[in-house]
Amino acid sequence: MTRYILRRLLQAIPTLIGVSIISFFLVNSTPGDPVTIRTFDPNITDETRQIMRRQLGLDQPLPVQYLNWFTGISMRTGDVTEEFTTETTSCTYVGAINTTFCNSGGGIIRGNLGTSIQTQQPVWDRLVERMPATLELGVAALVIALIVGVPLGVLSAVYQGSIFDNIVRVLAVIGNAVPAFWLGLMLIFLFGVVLGWLPTGGRQTVSLTNEVDLLDRIKHLILPTIILAFGPIAGYSRFMRTETLEVIRTDYIRTAKAKGLNPFRVWFLHALRNALIPLLTILGPAVTGVLAGAVITETIFSWPGMGRLTFSAALQRDYPMVLGAVMFFSALTILGNLLSDIFYGIVDPRVRLS
Amino acid sequence: MTVNEATSSQDLARAYAADPKLYRKPQTYWGMAIQSLRRDKVTIAAMAFLLVMAVLALLAPVISNAIGIGPNDTNPQNQFAQPYLIPYIEWRLGIDTLTAPQMLGKSGGIANWLGTDQLGRDQLVRLLYGGQVSLGIAFTAAAITLILGVTVGTIAGFFGGIVDDFIMWFINTMVSIPGIYLLIIIAAIFKPNPLTLTLFLGLFGWFGTARLIRGNVFKVRELDFVLAARSIGARNLRIMLQHVVPNSLPIIIVNAAIDIGVLILIESALSFLGLGVQPPRATWGSMLNRANNFLFLRDPETGRYVALHLLVAPGILITLAVLALYLIGDGLRDALDPMMKNVS
Repeated sequence: MTRYILRRLLQAIPTLIGVSIISFFLVNSTPGDPVTIRTFDPNITDETRQIMRRQLGLDQPLPVQYLNWFTGISMRTGDVTEEFTTETTSCTYVGAINTTFCNSGGGIIRGNLGTSIQTQQPVWDRLVERMPATLELGVAALVIALIVGVPLGVLSAVYQGSIFDNIVRVLAVIGNAVPAFWLGLMLIFLFGVVLGWLPTGGRQTVSLTNEVDLLDRIKHLILPTIILAFGPIAGYSRFMRTETLEVIRTDYIRTAKAKGLNPFRVWFLHALRNALIPLLTILGPAVTGVLAGAVITETIFSWPGMGRLTFSAALQRDYPMVLGAVMFFSALTILGNLLSDIFYGIVDPRVRLS
Repeated sequence: MTVNEATSSQDLARAYAADPKLYRKPQTYWGMAIQSLRRDKVTIAAMAFLLVMAVLALLAPVISNAIGIGPNDTNPQNQFAQPYLIPYIEWRLGIDTLTAPQMLGKSGGIANWLGTDQLGRDQLVRLLYGGQVSLGIAFTAAAITLILGVTVGTIAGFFGGIVDDFIMWFINTMVSIPGIYLLIIIAAIFKPNPLTLTLFLGLFGWFGTARLIRGNVFKVRELDFVLAARSIGARNLRIMLQHVVPNSLPIIIVNAAIDIGVLILIESALSFLGLGVQPPRATWGSMLNRANNFLFLRDPETGRYVALHLLVAPGILITLAVLALYLIGDGLRDALDPMMKNVS
């Protein structure tokens, strides 16, 4: 088992490096750089811009920029030790290859996601600041999706061919086809505008005191949760239906029925337990999928989460911020896949061998 | 030929001559698939619906000429006009002879069947032109994902080994980046037009298809007819094109239908966020882009919400188009892969 986990961990490393290479070059292969965007001030001369670019390392070739971003070690030709040595950065000049190496102590590899150009705060701090909101929404949506989706799928398999089954199947197909953002707008219109039961956006009612009103928070949470859970509900019910049907066709279920066990025992102690195993494989990706999928929901409902943060950072061309967020969510996705592989290996020993 | 077979085939020929109705043409795989599709009314209806929608979208210039208004013609005097359709019917039936002529007077004699938006642009005409863009982008991008996915998937599955390892590493890496983030970065930074958006969606959408095809190719390449082809000296390219790819066709076709539906959803979401096709060009998603700002608007006299028609129409079209494609995908899977029927 330990070997299996280690092997899976090792396999995750090249993927993570690949993600960093691809997202870095993608973000940086774009026309217009952050300096130009941020200096509309007519008093700023091109010379100042050049200095800013040099300080940010934007004058270097992309592969060098990548290495700097990834390892926290930057390279420059010539002896520029004095120009770049600061409190946090130590530079050494290697005469043999006429290059100065500067170690800023940062870099993705050391868990430092860099500094946001927009606010000059560390990217990590800005992400952490928004994390509770996204987690709150994501966990609520995931719990609702599982509580609703899994029983729907199982029951629809148990009563295969019944009216209930057909309704669930039709709803699942429609649920996958409705654009979530449109459904969100419709619900805002119905419950927020016409009926006025629920707030139309935000995480809580703005007030001068810092008190947290639980009921108010829950009211704000309802609509975004429904929207975010909608797709997964359709997905899980479909998935569980397929898995349960497969289990029902196996011999041991037939044996259990033939023994005369009561149907409840057959369904819940024999069939359900085995049908739930495949759910483990999608649980890891499901968590990250819900968190990442929150971008659109957060945007519609002005939810102050990480998705909206990334979205606005992308519009502002805050490259370090966008890259940091992408790395964070990618690492989360890889971790999610890793965990479900490991879970699966524990539950089903056959998996470990292949 | 043995004696036995000879007699039996002679018997058969005699039987057919006596009663031609007994003769059944040999059925091919595709013939059987089409036959079972014909019986599947839901799939036929979905196909018909999609076809009608595509034809209407293609006829957008003609329809827009007939109505007398272009997709980007604004009319500040006629903002948020309600759909003309219902008043028109009431007028024709003699129930309400005032509203419809009044609306015509306000719009300058142009019938805005589905109402107008905040700039007085005709919603029906914009929906039709938007359909051109939305469907066009989705179909073209799906074609790109198919070509890339099938090529890469077949190569990975057929050759295996290092080639497969490298391709799978690349695919695993790409799918580790949440797709919506990937698209948001690209779209936010490049401000795409329909052409570049299509390319992006195509270039970043083929990973799932490639995985699916690869899995199938692994199965197919072990089969005896591949061995037979190899034993008579067929080259790799020939085996792939003649034997392996045709055996992936059912998967490719089913996958294509669902893929197009997903692409419509993605394009509309991006355009809704303002990251897709840029204004003033209409797509179904971009028409919803400003809708959330107008949710609250009410007519000061009647108290009616004036922008509801702008919210409902594009969303219903997106839903129906995607639904049709999903149903077609399901129907095609049932027809092409009878083993899968009733399983999922």
